[in-house]
Amino acid sequence: MGALFERLKSGIVSNNPIFVQVIGICPTLAVTSSAENGLGMGLAATVVLMGSNLVISALKRIIPDEIRIPAFIIIIAAFVTLIQFFMQGFLPSLNKALGIFIPLIVVNCIILGRAEAYASKNGVLSSLFDAIGMGLGFTAALVILGSIRELLGVGTIFGLHVMPASFKPALVIILAPGGFLVLGILMALINHVNIKKKKANERISHFADA
Amino acid sequence: MSFFAIFIDALLVHNILLSRFLGICSFLGVSNSVSTAVGMGLAVVFVITLSSIMTWIVYNLILVPLNITYLSTLAFILVIAALVQFVEMVIRKKWRALYWALGIYLPLITTNCAVLGVAVINMNEGYSLMQSIVHALGASLGYLLAIVLMAGLRERMENNTNMPEALRGLPISLITAALMSIAFLGFSGLI
Repeated sequence: MGALFERLKSGIVSNNPIFVQVIGICPTLAVTSSAENGLGMGLAATVVLMGSNLVISALKRIIPDEIRIPAFIIIIAAFVTLIQFFMQGFLPSLNKALGIFIPLIVVNCIILGRAEAYASKNGVLSSLFDAIGMGLGFTAALVILGSIRELLGVGTIFGLHVMPASFKPALVIILAPGGFLVLGILMALINHVNIKKKKANERISHFADA
Repeated sequence: MSFFAIFIDALLVHNILLSRFLGICSFLGVSNSVSTAVGMGLAVVFVITLSSIMTWIVYNLILVPLNITYLSTLAFILVIAALVQFVEMVIRKKWRALYWALGIYLPLITTNCAVLGVAVINMNEGYSLMQSIVHALGASLGYLLAIVLMAGLRERMENNTNMPEALRGLPISLITAALMSIAFLGFSGLI
């Protein structure tokens, strides 16, 4: 049970795909123009990730090593096609908002990366929890970015007006440049915190040695 | 739209990297020196143009007549993966010099969302074969343009000793990309 929980924690915090591993950036920048779109994309990718990790882990002894990458791609593409049609049928406005990035989930480095690095080498249950952890980490990052961009660019979060009426929104934040800018600043902040932590640890170990 | 309009639109107005956000992972990973950026960019032009032709053929001559267009995502990605594998094998055997220039980037390009993205856009817009080729050329040359510009800027920033440590590497590259993207927004009334 502890190992499964550790998978969740790794995916959401310590090995977060966007902020730590820095993979899967393309959809991150494109769909975070609003918090709702970020949430939708994150959940869609999580579902695909769970499905593909489960199937790949279950079939890992049957898939020959030489053709494993094409095999993974076929499995992932199958789940993406399912999600595509599900969203076209039941979530048309989200489908329209996410556009070409729904079929592009198939080349999302996170999904192929987890299949290659974890699901093909570990048991079914831990692969499932790994997928849930990474997927939730991805979703959390998308929602955080989407919220910041929506707040500054339109003045709402998830459609609720939060900023006062006198707030003049900065449209550029929800356009293309805003994605790069907000992600860059967030990463700089995270770097800053990590550097401070590292310096504090060095000071402590310095005292311990002396 | 005329061929010229499609080309300019893909190259500048809706630049594949700075406006459509396709191909960012490789953009951030490979743009630290101009020579590697040129190599990567040329490889991308090659792969995107070829794969656009192949996916157009597969979509319009196989999927549509057999009424199995729901398999398009699967078919496209398999075509792209197979094409890249095949091209790499051929180049390694026949044109060694070209292999040393481009070959190392080819496997990286299979999962580059730009390749699949351009193919999906061609399908969604219903382009003819000629229009698809023009669109693919415009988009991939736009990628080459953006990545070379970015590499030139990053090379200069490498030598900058004044930069705060928290900004070094990825954060300042992203902020630079933001400024480039704002500049490219200026093209939006062009077509």
